[in-house]
This record gives sequence, structure tokens and C-alpha cells, in this order.
Amino acid sequence: MQKVTLEIDGLKVSVEEGKSVLDAAKKAGVPIPTLCYHDELEPFGACRFCMVEIIRGNRKRLVASCVYPAEDGLVVRTNTDRVKEIRRMIIELLLPLAPAGPLRELARRYGVKRSRFESEDMQPTHCTLCGMCVRYCSEVVKYDAVSFVGRGVSKAVALTPEAQDQCVFCRKCYTICEAGRFPMLAEEYSV
Amino acid sequence: MRRLASREELEKLREELRGKMEKIERWVAVCSGPGCHVHGSGEVAQAFLKEVEAQGLGDKVKVRATGCHGFCEVGPVAVIFPERYCYTRIRVEDVPRIVSTTLKEGEVVEDLLYVDETTGKKVLRDEDIPYYKFQHRLLLGQHLEIDPEDIGDYIAAGGYSALAKALFDMKPEEIIEEVKAARLRGRGGGGFPAGIKWETTRNAPGDPKYVIVNADEGDPGAYMDRGILEGNPHSVLEGLIIGAIAIGSPQGFVYVRQEYPIAVKNMQRAIDQAREIGLLGENILGSDFSFDVKIHMGAGAFVSGESSALMTAIEGKVGEPRPKYIRTAVKGVWDKPSNLNNVETWANVPLIINNGAKWYTTIGTDNSKGTKIFSLVGKVKNTGLVEVPMGVTLRKIIFDIGGGIRGNKKFKAVQTGGPSGGVIPESLLGIAVDYDELDQVGSMMGSGGMIVMDEDTCMVDVARYYVNFLSDESCGKCVPCREGLRQASRILERICAGKGKEGDIELLEELGSFMRDASLCALGRTAANPVLSTIKYFRGEYEAHILEGKCPAKVCKELISYFIDPARCKACGQCVRVCPVDAISGGKGLVHIIDQDKCVRCGSCFAVCPDKFRAVVKLSGEPVPEVAPGTKIRKKAKGEKKCRK
Repeated sequence: MQKVTLEIDGLKVSVEEGKSVLDAAKKAGVPIPTLCYHDELEPFGACRFCMVEIIRGNRKRLVASCVYPAEDGLVVRTNTDRVKEIRRMIIELLLPLAPAGPLRELARRYGVKRSRFESEDMQPTHCTLCGMCVRYCSEVVKYDAVSFVGRGVSKAVALTPEAQDQCVFCRKCYTICEAGRFPMLAEEYSV
Repeated sequence: MRRLASREELEKLREELRGKMEKIERWVAVCSGPGCHVHGSGEVAQAFLKEVEAQGLGDKVKVRATGCHGFCEVGPVAVIFPERYCYTRIRVEDVPRIVSTTLKEGEVVEDLLYVDETTGKKVLRDEDIPYYKFQHRLLLGQHLEIDPEDIGDYIAAGGYSALAKALFDMKPEEIIEEVKAARLRGRGGGGFPAGIKWETTRNAPGDPKYVIVNADEGDPGAYMDRGILEGNPHSVLEGLIIGAIAIGSPQGFVYVRQEYPIAVKNMQRAIDQAREIGLLGENILGSDFSFDVKIHMGAGAFVSGESSALMTAIEGKVGEPRPKYIRTAVKGVWDKPSNLNNVETWANVPLIINNGAKWYTTIGTDNSKGTKIFSLVGKVKNTGLVEVPMGVTLRKIIFDIGGGIRGNKKFKAVQTGGPSGGVIPESLLGIAVDYDELDQVGSMMGSGGMIVMDEDTCMVDVARYYVNFLSDESCGKCVPCREGLRQASRILERICAGKGKEGDIELLEELGSFMRDASLCALGRTAANPVLSTIKYFRGEYEAHILEGKCPAKVCKELISYFIDPARCKACGQCVRVCPVDAISGGKGLVHIIDQDKCVRCGSCFAVCPDKFRAVVKLSGEPVPEVAPGTKIRKKAKGEKKCRK
């Protein structure tokens, strides 16, 4: 397998071609925070929390590191002002929906005291739609007992009624859920 | 028709078809495009067929129900050839006169001609109508000669000659070079050079390669692609086959939304007919090139027009965009190289191959070549499909072709580029239709929607409309797009309801720039454009809503009041009768008064108050004057009429 060498926050790192920038950063020991990434699952590219700035020649670009392929000669900055601004905005947008879970710690780390989007009529759903439960069931367990329903702002996670007899009760969807939605969901369906 | 085994056989067929046409003395093109269709063109076309038979003209006159001619406003439209006499607003009962006078005798039916509003004169020929005069109808002009249900018409008009040329006279690389030299850019809105995309797909590793028509047109108010697919499906198909030769693809797809049943039907028929005579399938025209096409119907998701989402949908999955750091030209449908172009882009290809890149580049501006079709809608006098050379100014389209604003209102803004585009104010109407110029002012070419807005349009309300549209139509996968739209919608709703806060405008701007930088696909990256461009050009309107509680265009329900002007009310009682909540009081001879506490601001009173009185007025940002119950209406004073004028 061919190797590519890139520079992440000043550190040179070589990885196999086809690996993502996030993979390369892990190897280099540079932490990039993520919300929808999971070691056992295909990268999803949805939370955008892992965005980094890449520099090629004199062109700068913001990309999601979990899905952007590592390229030879790529220069990556994981903690620029714009990157931090984007992460803060993601925290502010998700906090009213999922106030518990990993967001609270991230908010503290990124200096977000309160979200400008909090309001009385925004009820927490305890779900960031990271899709880990859906993807774990589909990719690892190879069933689709959990799925996304709806689209746009109505998108949600639901149990797939017609697939319930396929559920192998691995309960991974409970433990993988960090925002706290899953146990509530299961209760609603009285599983 | 027989299967054509060589180029010569195609030419022979063309000669035969043309020979048959020559026997016909006159023919009528009855527009059956989307606009005329709703005006009843189907019945009109039927009436023509019946009447031509009844008057014994069956062998001398041909009736064609054609695709869209463009001038939807005055439909149903028919053009009679060879004179090109153009009749507008035809009713079924007009048809016998047209047949006996024009089709039989070549005389004009005066009262059905178009009347030029500025000169007051009748216009004989379609090409002399101002609406058409400033256009350059390379694509739409073909519609008049073609019955979209008949491949024979397309072949007689010169169709599939570009395919034969590409197949027998050109190497695939030469086709790509020609398209590159023509500098054809994607008509779906992005404006990416088509030739370069083709080359990328051709050179990308992996087989088979796919070529795809993007006919998932979904921008509110836009129907250009529908017009072409319904009116001239073979032009799209021929372009697609040429692209397949150039790229080396054995399989094509037409991704068309199922809400376009006539487009689906006409395209399917075109594919079947082309296959039947050997223009699709194994060994096209006796060559060693084989290619076939399948229609994939979209299930109603706007986001499926995005390239990676469209390809995911073709694979049979939910149409959600994929993170596209590897382009679909390299890894598309089933991870194979896939070339996607919009309907209009494909329809331009036969023209380029037939006439050459040199000819094509004489039309348009430095960076945008050829023509572009717009669907001109909204508060403009002449609505319809408009095809203009790139470089024409927006002012020319809206005022010379579109005839200006309806009802003596003032122009306010034009929205181009659909939900991903932006609004352009009057001060910028001098800019040209050109990919780069439109980008620079914060809008975009888009696929060609052009919605004209007048002074009665609230720009905050416009932004709210688009944001709410996208909130429903976003796939909801990535946080910036889904949550950004959710919050932008909440803020805009709040501003429209008169509950805006200081800082809301800045927060919208911050959200917009975040969505542009952080979203996964083009839908999210451009979703804030309607908000950002309305703030950029109409910030004062946002501020009036937030700071003064006033909607300057008097649109936002929560910020307006209806008031009956005692000086104008004639106590006719019409408003009292229509008010659904009994909020209006007043009897005979008494000024009618609206109870503001009861009023739900439905606007019914405003709508029914006779034009000659105009007593019901909308107020915003000012207190409603008190009128004492029992006030008598004002009697007309002597000589008042003269003075008021």
C-alpha cells in the first residue's frame, strides 16, 4: 500500500493512502474532537465537529477531517480561529436539543457559557442525530431495527416496527448513544 | 419505422420525411407547454385536428401539438407556418375561423393577434412580438417545429445528425475537445465546465461509466427543464448519447421527478422510439457503439437534485448527499465514474457538435457562452420561458421582454437561482446574465428561476419563505444545514411576528456564514443565500421590523392593521358582509369601523373594497386612528371630483 505524508499542526505523519485526515491526526497524536465518529463505523460526515482547515498552495479550505482523504503534501490546521468558531456554533446549535451528554463538557472546553438559541419552546430531544444507533445496527449487527425517519428539521431516529423481530437485543444502541435519546426511545416503544 | 443500420439510412429516412413535409401547405404549432396546457391548449389542439378534417384539409394541413413556445402569459398560443402568424389566447370556438381563414386561405384573423402594449399595434408574426424579439431561442425555437411525440419530426428537423457526426466523424477525445472549446457550462446552476467534467469521467478508473440527465427540477417557480423535456425530449437524448460516446459509457439514466408526468411520458416515448429505430441499444446506426438509457423517477425530494444525493437515489437508497471530497465524476453511481449534467446542458450538445464550438462561442460573454433559459415569473407583466444569450442585462429581461411590473407597481427585487440564490435590487439590474457576475452580487445563475417582486413584497417574508422551504427539503443529515435552518427559521418567524430582537440580524449573518463554511453539500452551503442577500440589500426592512415594529411592504400579518378611512368609506357594506369574524360594524350611511381586537387580519375587507373607493387601507408601524361609532359618511362636495383628480 502506498503511503502519503502530510503535516498536521506542524507534525509530519505518514499514513496509508485512503486513510482520512482524522486517521492521520490520530496517528500523529493530534486530538480532533468528534460527535458522530465511531471506530467501528464508517465515517458519516454529519456533525461537522471534526472540521479542520487544509492548505494547498495558497488555497485554504474547511473540510470534515473524518471523510477528507489524507493526501501527500497536505497541510492541516486543526485549531484555527475559524475552526473554533465553527465548533462553538455547532455546540450552541445542539445544546438546546441535547443538554446532557458530551456537549456539556465540550461547551465548557470551548468557552460556550450558554447557547443563544436556547428558548422555552425548544424542548430537548436528547438526540443530535449522530446516527450511531442507526449505523451500528445497520453496519455491524446487519439489521435495520433502528432507522432515520423524516427529513429536514423533522428528521428523527425511530425503531423500525417491521424489523423488530430482527432485533437481536445486543443493546448496543443503548450504550452507543451519548446524548441520552436511546433509552427514552426504547421506553416510548416499550421495548 | 425500420431499424437504421447506417448513417446513410438515417439520411435517407430524413429525406423521406422531409419529402412528406413538403406536400403540406401549412401547418399550425399549437403550444402545449405547461403554461398553455393549464389555459386549455389540449382542447384547442383537439379542435384543430377535428376542424381540419371537417374542412377537408387533412392532406394539406398539419396540426402539431408542440412543446412550450415561451409566452405563457397569453396562452394558449398557436403559430401558423410558413407565415409565422401568431395567435394568442385562443379559445376552442376560435378554431373554425382560424382554420377557414388562415390555414385554408392564408388570411389573418385580426382579433387574435397580439397587441403591443406600448405602440397599441397588432403584431403579425411571433418573432416580431417584443417578448420574443429580444430573445435568442436556440433551444426553445426548435419546439415550434416538433411534435414531441414523433421522432420523425425531430429527424426531419435535422435531429440525430449530430449523433451521426459524433459517431462516425469524430474520436471521443475530439468530441470532448469540441465541448471544451465551446466552453459550455453546467446549466443546472453550478456552471462547472461540461467538457472538463466529461474528461474527468472519461479518464477516471473504473467501468462501466455512467452518464446521467439531472431533471430533478424543483426550484419554486422554475419550469425550464420541464419545458424542454416535454417539448423536445430527443434533443436531450441526442446530447446524452453523444456524451456517452465521448465518455465511453454503455448506460445512461434520466433522473426525472415524478411530479412531471408529461415529461416522464414524453421522455420514455422518445427513448422507446430511438431504440426502435436503432439510435439506442446495440450497435447504434450500425457502429460498434452500444448504449441504452433508463428513466429513474424521483420520489419528491428536492435535495435529490444535488449530484451525490441523486446518485445515491439511483442506487435505490434514500437520496442523501454524500461527503463529496471525491467527485461523482470519479466515484458516482455504485462508486463508478458518473457524469451528471442538467437537461438544458445536454440539449445544447447537439447544437455544438453540429455547428462547431467556434459558432457557439460567438454567443454570450467571455466566461459564459451560449444561451440560458429562464422562467420569468412573479409580478412581471409577461410571464413565461425566456431564452436569452448570456450577457443580456436583467433589466432587459424584466422590462423589455417581461414588459415591466404588473399594475403600475414599482419594481423591488428579482430573485434568481431558486432557494440557493439571492435577491437582486433595482440598483443592480444593469448586471448581465453571466455565471460570474451573478455570483459576485450574492445571487447565482441557478437553474433559471427568475421571480420578479414588486413594492408589495416584504423581503423578510421572502427570506422566511425560502428558509422554511429548505427546512423541509434539507435531508437533515448534517448539523449546520439542519440546525442552522431550524434556527434561521425561528429567528425570521420571530422578526415577521414583530418579536425580533436587536442582534437578530447579526445572528442571522453569523449563522449564514457558518452554514456556508460548514455544511456537507451545496444545498446547505447555499441555503443562507436568500437570508444573506436580503439582509445585504434590504437591511432597512429588517431593522424596521425589529426596531419600529413596522413592515414597510405591509405584508407581515402581525405588524399590520386594517383601517377604514372615514373620508373614503361609502358605507356599501361589502366589507361587513365578508368579514369572517364580524369585526366590522356600521350601517346605512355610517362609516364602517373595524374592531381591531376582533380583526384577524385576513385581508378580506381589503380585497372586496371597491377600487373606486379604496377605503380599506393597511397600516403598519403607526397607531390606528380612532373613529367614533355612528360617524356619518362624507357626502361628495360640489366640484370635488375635479379637484381630487
